[in-house]
Amino acid sequence: MSSDFTRREVVGALAATAGAFLIPRPAQATEAGRIATHARRLAAAAGAAYMPKVYSAHEWATVQSLVDYVIPKDARSGSATDAAVPEFMDTMLDLEANMRTANRGGLAWIDHQCHLRFGRDFIDCADAQRRQLLDDIAFPRRARPEMAAGASWFNSFRDFTATGFFTSELGVHDLGYQGNTVLPEWTGCPAENYRRLGVTG
Amino acid sequence: MPIRTRQDVYDVCIVGSGAGGGMAAHELTKAGAKVILLEAGGMWDNTTDSDMFVQPWDTPRRGRSTAERPFGEHDACLGGWTVPGEPFTTAPGTQFQWWRARMVGGRTNHWGRISLRFGPDDFKHKTADGLGDDWPISYDEMAPYYDDLDRLVGIFGSHEGLRNHPDGVFQPPPRPRCWEMLVKKAADKHAVTCIPSRLSILTKPLNDRPACHYCGQCNRGCKVNANFSSTNVLLQPAMRTGKLALRTDAMVREVTVGADGLANGVVYIDKVSRTEKRVDARIVVLAASACESARILLNSKSAKFPNGLANSSGVVGKYITDTTGTDVGGFIPSLVDQPRHNCDGVGGAHLYMPWWLDNKKLDFPRGYHIEIWGGMGMPGYGFMGGIQGYPPGGGYGASLKNDYRRYWGASVGFSGRGEMIPNEDSYCELDPRTVDQWGIPVLRFHWKWSDHELLQVKHMQETFRTLLQEMGAVVSSSMPTREQNYGIATGGSIIHEVGGVRMGSSSTTSALNANCQAWDCKNLFVADGGPFTTQADKNPTWTILALSMRTSRYIAAQRKEGKL
Repeated sequence: MSSDFTRREVVGALAATAGAFLIPRPAQATEAGRIATHARRLAAAAGAAYMPKVYSAHEWATVQSLVDYVIPKDARSGSATDAAVPEFMDTMLDLEANMRTANRGGLAWIDHQCHLRFGRDFIDCADAQRRQLLDDIAFPRRARPEMAAGASWFNSFRDFTATGFFTSELGVHDLGYQGNTVLPEWTGCPAENYRRLGVTG
Repeated sequence: MPIRTRQDVYDVCIVGSGAGGGMAAHELTKAGAKVILLEAGGMWDNTTDSDMFVQPWDTPRRGRSTAERPFGEHDACLGGWTVPGEPFTTAPGTQFQWWRARMVGGRTNHWGRISLRFGPDDFKHKTADGLGDDWPISYDEMAPYYDDLDRLVGIFGSHEGLRNHPDGVFQPPPRPRCWEMLVKKAADKHAVTCIPSRLSILTKPLNDRPACHYCGQCNRGCKVNANFSSTNVLLQPAMRTGKLALRTDAMVREVTVGADGLANGVVYIDKVSRTEKRVDARIVVLAASACESARILLNSKSAKFPNGLANSSGVVGKYITDTTGTDVGGFIPSLVDQPRHNCDGVGGAHLYMPWWLDNKKLDFPRGYHIEIWGGMGMPGYGFMGGIQGYPPGGGYGASLKNDYRRYWGASVGFSGRGEMIPNEDSYCELDPRTVDQWGIPVLRFHWKWSDHELLQVKHMQETFRTLLQEMGAVVSSSMPTREQNYGIATGGSIIHEVGGVRMGSSSTTSALNANCQAWDCKNLFVADGGPFTTQADKNPTWTILALSMRTSRYIAAQRKEGKL
């Protein structure tokens, strides 16, 4: 009973650290450890070739190609592969088994379509051939009925790519998100933002 | 079993550490009582456990939810719609969801800090429209407790003088964001009252807590305690009195009574050792959440109280309500290509719309308030999902990449939160055939909306679509039909369930008297949302806190007089 008491029955113990509550501490020990581990993993992945945990070698090559069709490099920032989106996807499929069927099934659907049309896998097709297929599934409202499965899959693949890209450090900077930080005071949005909308703050 | 001495008997045993339990612990320890607080979940301290400044790329999941954190891996609330090993059941035809937090601080780790007082009408609505029941207390009786609560916890807002939306002791509200002013412009045009939000987030330092630093991550728990949570605002000072014992992983099964019919303690399951334990106490305060407190009372059967404790009226578990809810969002072309800036602000909207209409001219009773969402928030898992809903309807490549940039922050949405009238068909009871992993009989829910709620939600949908149209929005969802119940959210899913151990002016129609004291057992009190006689078009937490403060001060006064 007494050891049980000291372990889980806290009497006034939190009071000892009361002073610490007042100081903002951006990097707490627990989260810092977790994040450092993740950062090391990412750094290791950048240095050495990432070994997919779920995707086959063929799927991996297909995903690497596809994500850069969705989000290519442009004048402002790098591509989806630059932002390690394939690594993010493989990691998520590893963590969430119920995401695998739809994601990998769509990759197989893509290859099947490419075989019907061009007699080869997606990654062996020419750029124009790949785009011909993507054009057929990338705009769901105008996709032909026989393309519905592909269009539906591409919706989720595009979403998945966007999450991977715009939650990466590269993508967040591209977007210009400036928050989740300490502001000494809140003065509202810049005057220009109100003015554009024809409102006053 | 160890031999018990007087030392082992606590003055008060509180069950549950959320808003109601935290306040009871705060007030009763301050009054000198020796208190033990039992919590069914584990320890949590925002100052060390919060993910406040974690960036989107910092974790492999990018914020995606986990089994124990359905609102995202960084959300401060541990628990969810399903708790492993702790099921509940629903009657055939019933759809009901029950969110349970399992952690110190309870659901105060979860909510949006929307802190609205109930108004004079909310306590006496039956008098006004004949529906539901009047509370046995009035706004005037509650007002001093709301005032003290505002001073103790801190809240921002504006003085508006709206009759049924009473002003409080407010800190200055944060300036509205640019997109929020666009909402206000549309609301003004349609004579919808749109005023600064009332949130329990500090904009000025208070009681050794600093003001908000505007990172917008309140839902992750605030490391500096600039917002309210039971743990860091109520339990910390209670701990400092040296009068409070906090026991975690303690799942209470029942309140026990002595030969005199008075409560003499509780029996709980220690989840770690999976053994049954007991606490002896002179007074028991249940604050386990409305439905969980009802469950404990129904399970507290004895020869003297065969239908459960505090239940001679048979109303325990009855008259549960949840807030009505529905949402509509749209794409606002004028918000495309916004110049970049930090528009995080506090963790919640800076404006809201309190109920503004007269029901005499409407086909439903009671009202709703409107919450708004939008802005260039921090990217997370699911970022701009469904971009095919925006022009040009999908795509890929450089133009798509640019669309994400242009459309980020260009959506605005409205959520209605309205009052449900208690009805005979919405209640919980013990399921005679099912127990949880601790061997405790579980709740079975019955739920039915009436036309009161459905027509109210229809009105919400119409209002939101009008406002969105005024803002020039493209709305992709169509108006839900009567067959679709006008898009009303599933019962329980707004996580505002109250009632179930209601207070009243008669021992035959209520479980508790006007002091939240059981009619059948004078040293038993309920201090969560259970005592609510009716709901309001306001979030319940501020009233749970104020009512618990009132109940706790009553207990302290009775103890002083030797009556308890």
